[in-house]
Amino acid sequence: MPINPVLASYSDLAYGTALVLYLFAMVLHAGEYAAGRVPVTAAGGRITAQGTGSVATLPPPTNVTEGGVTDGAPSRSKAERIGRSAVALTGLAVLVHASSLALRGAAIGRVPWANMYEFTSAVCFVAVAGWLVVLYRQRNAPEGSASPAGPAPLRRLGVFVLLPIVVLMFLGGTVLYAQATPLIPALSSYWITIHVSAAATATGILLVSGVASVLYLLGTGGSTRIAARLPASTSLDRLAYRTAVLALPIWTFAIITGAIWAEAAWGRYWGWDPKETCALVAWVVYAGYLHARATAGWRGPRAAWINVGGFGMMLFNLFFVNIVVAGLHSYAGI
Amino acid sequence: MTRAHSLTAVTAALRNTWRGLTSMRTALVLLFLLALGALPGALLPQYSLNPQRVRTYQAQHPTLAPILDRLGFFEVFASPWFAAIYLLLFVSLVGCVVPRSVEYARQLRRTPVATPRNLDRLPHHARARCDAATEQVLTATRRALRGWRIAERAEPDGARTLSAERGYLREAGNLVFHIALLGLLVSFAIGKLVGYEGQVIVLANGSQFCNSGPLAYDSFRPGQDVDGTALTPFCVRVEKFTPTYLSTGQAKQFRATIAYQGPNDLSSGTWHPYQLEVNNPLRIGGTRMYLIGHGYAPRFTVTFPDGQQRSGVVQWRPVDNATLLSEGTTKFDPPGMTDAALRRTRQLAITGLFAPTAVFRGSLLSSAFPDLLDPAVAIEVFQGDLGNSSGRSQSIFSIDQSMVDSGRLKEVARQDLRPGEQLTLPDRTVVRFDGVTRFVSLQVSYDPAQHWALGFAVLVLGGLGLSLAVKRRRLWVRVTPAGPAGTVVELGGLARTEAAGYGEEFDRIAAELLPPEQAGEGEEGRVSDADQPGAGVL
Ligand code: HEM
Repeated sequence: MPINPVLASYSDLAYGTALVLYLFAMVLHAGEYAAGRVPVTAAGGRITAQGTGSVATLPPPTNVTEGGVTDGAPSRSKAERIGRSAVALTGLAVLVHASSLALRGAAIGRVPWANMYEFTSAVCFVAVAGWLVVLYRQRNAPEGSASPAGPAPLRRLGVFVLLPIVVLMFLGGTVLYAQATPLIPALSSYWITIHVSAAATATGILLVSGVASVLYLLGTGGSTRIAARLPASTSLDRLAYRTAVLALPIWTFAIITGAIWAEAAWGRYWGWDPKETCALVAWVVYAGYLHARATAGWRGPRAAWINVGGFGMMLFNLFFVNIVVAGLHSYAGI
Repeated sequence: MTRAHSLTAVTAALRNTWRGLTSMRTALVLLFLLALGALPGALLPQYSLNPQRVRTYQAQHPTLAPILDRLGFFEVFASPWFAAIYLLLFVSLVGCVVPRSVEYARQLRRTPVATPRNLDRLPHHARARCDAATEQVLTATRRALRGWRIAERAEPDGARTLSAERGYLREAGNLVFHIALLGLLVSFAIGKLVGYEGQVIVLANGSQFCNSGPLAYDSFRPGQDVDGTALTPFCVRVEKFTPTYLSTGQAKQFRATIAYQGPNDLSSGTWHPYQLEVNNPLRIGGTRMYLIGHGYAPRFTVTFPDGQQRSGVVQWRPVDNATLLSEGTTKFDPPGMTDAALRRTRQLAITGLFAPTAVFRGSLLSSAFPDLLDPAVAIEVFQGDLGNSSGRSQSIFSIDQSMVDSGRLKEVARQDLRPGEQLTLPDRTVVRFDGVTRFVSLQVSYDPAQHWALGFAVLVLGGLGLSLAVKRRRLWVRVTPAGPAGTVVELGGLARTEAAGYGEEFDRIAAELLPPEQAGEGEEGRVSDADQPGAGVL
């Protein structure tokens, strides 16, 4: 299958465009975050009890009008408007990003995630797309289940979700960048579609989960100034948990299909190759996270720390193991 | 202390240990220990993966390495402490799963628990007046709760209640997950015990390999229960190896054209053709053969002064995987020499570099491309005692440097040769570089338990999916007659596990059962999820 260099260069162009758009969206979100000041008095109700073993109970977040507009005017506050345009821009960016992936796939005639540049791009795409799904579902949540104030606006986390995306994509486009090439023999297998797609999907979702847990820890860490601007910590905890629950079976699937592929490619389904080992370690950490959520005394910050550690392990596996440790996965190349 | 006392003390201690070991918290800690213990196995070089890199590491860290070695850090997955962690986890898992399975079986036969007195204390609650009669409401409720396990009860004051519970599959999934995890561990261990792995290099010029025993291999790693006498008998003949490269030198495809004889063909002598490729092993029964590497074996012909000829084709090992520049040694014994002492002054070694596509940087040979476009060798010829009768094991890729240092093996010539070119040694021996043969390196693996491992892995995934997707939840309905034709209907709900998402389902059921226009008294009548401000997210 020959490479189509024209499509490949359009793909690169779309990648750069998406990165710039993400950057703009992040700046807008930062503006929203700065404008969306919440009176500190309201913060008391935002930090919930945790670790008690029972369902946390608290008064619904005090109804705080965004941006301090208190006259009940129907017009949207400034923060609200900035936030909405940030989301719109993110949506546009994700479309451009999708076209970058599609063009690269068309240029090389296979799934475009076989080296670190391509893989990082796919992970970021899944993370942002997943993030937009979260926002969409929050907006469309049934009225009855929301507190009168409406669910705490997760949207305000946009800046924190986009920050790692921008950093990863910047690294991907510079340090990790690789020209479009056909696959080496070791990767020519339909398993690449199955195994790596699953790995990228799970990693992208876990990125969102990790961000939620980091913010949860910031919010419960004692600084009311930070906490006051974040959504209720229960929302963050719930977001982290539900994304992790979604991602863990996908991650399990990625490891199992990796093992099936390894049986066909390397002569054994499991051989403690560094990437395999680290994938298992990350899996164990996430299993620990879910167990911790079900163990009295481990819920709350402790569980959140485990989740953050799990994502640290994923990043470690992606970057350190690929670049520094020599293993069978190393051909994936930079 | 009496003997009976100490006995009870011992049993108490044992019971406490068992309880501690099987608690969730211990399992958590063990999980983390497992993760932590596996890490050095990923970060430090391991004997089992690459002994060469272990030795390099040891040379670089002369003080630290012996300590790490003593602690088993270069063999983590075979070390006693790693085994201890997973055995403890294993025991903890068994201790956790067995009682839970029993409890689950018991629960399956139990009816849903009676309706609590105060439904408004539950996390989910709704209440409304209905015009319908009790029986009607109950019928509607039963219809709404199809798929739930239901128990109906009557209360002394005339109220009727309905307890419903759903999501039993969660525990089933969870148990399947944990049991399958045990199965996976056992399958892995069995595979390690009765399986084997062997590697062998075969010239791609019609040479044969037969799986007759460990000695047929260049390296053989048997499981503890393998003595090598019962390997599946089969033979392969490697006809040809064909790599395809892009102009950049990147490989596109490796293909070995082989023929093989399975166990039933050996007597009849039938050969079956097969294309062995990366990602496409040859499977003969439960034994698999893989193409894992390739390289070049230069061919030399030596014409000794007495006119006798000897040819040698030995694989040289690639030193650069991108260009397949290779190094190696081809050794010769002088023919027809019966005097061992004399023979040891006349042995010959051709050692040096081989490049499939030669470029010379100054006089230094290197390779520009991995394929055979313009091969050349840069060789040094040594004559004397190769030291291979000294009893020490010899590398096939190099000469014994100590023989050179002691002067018993001397360099007599060095030259760059293209195929067909030759050089003459001082004693009139002629060394000709004839050409080159490709070789493939093959791996044979046998693991009869791997299908079990796959089966359990699928169960692990299925069980995990079930236990994460299904929610165990309870719902109660109390119907109290009020007035001549009406009733008061009260609903309460409780998620027994992670509560996420139950609010929506509860609200849907409540909306189905309670008339909208009388949706309760005021705001709080229908708001069920006040404790979960984020409900509905996702
Ligand atoms: C038990 C076996 C395997 C496991 C546990 C495993 C695990 C993983 C994990 C966790 C990733 C995610 C990316 C990352 O964090 O770097 C990944 C990516 C990948 N895997 Fe595997 N894998 C296995 C077998 C294989 C095999 C046999 C191949 C191909 C011969 C393969 C090819 C790839 C490629 C191409 C990627 C994406 C590119 C990259 O990471 O740079 N994997 N694998």
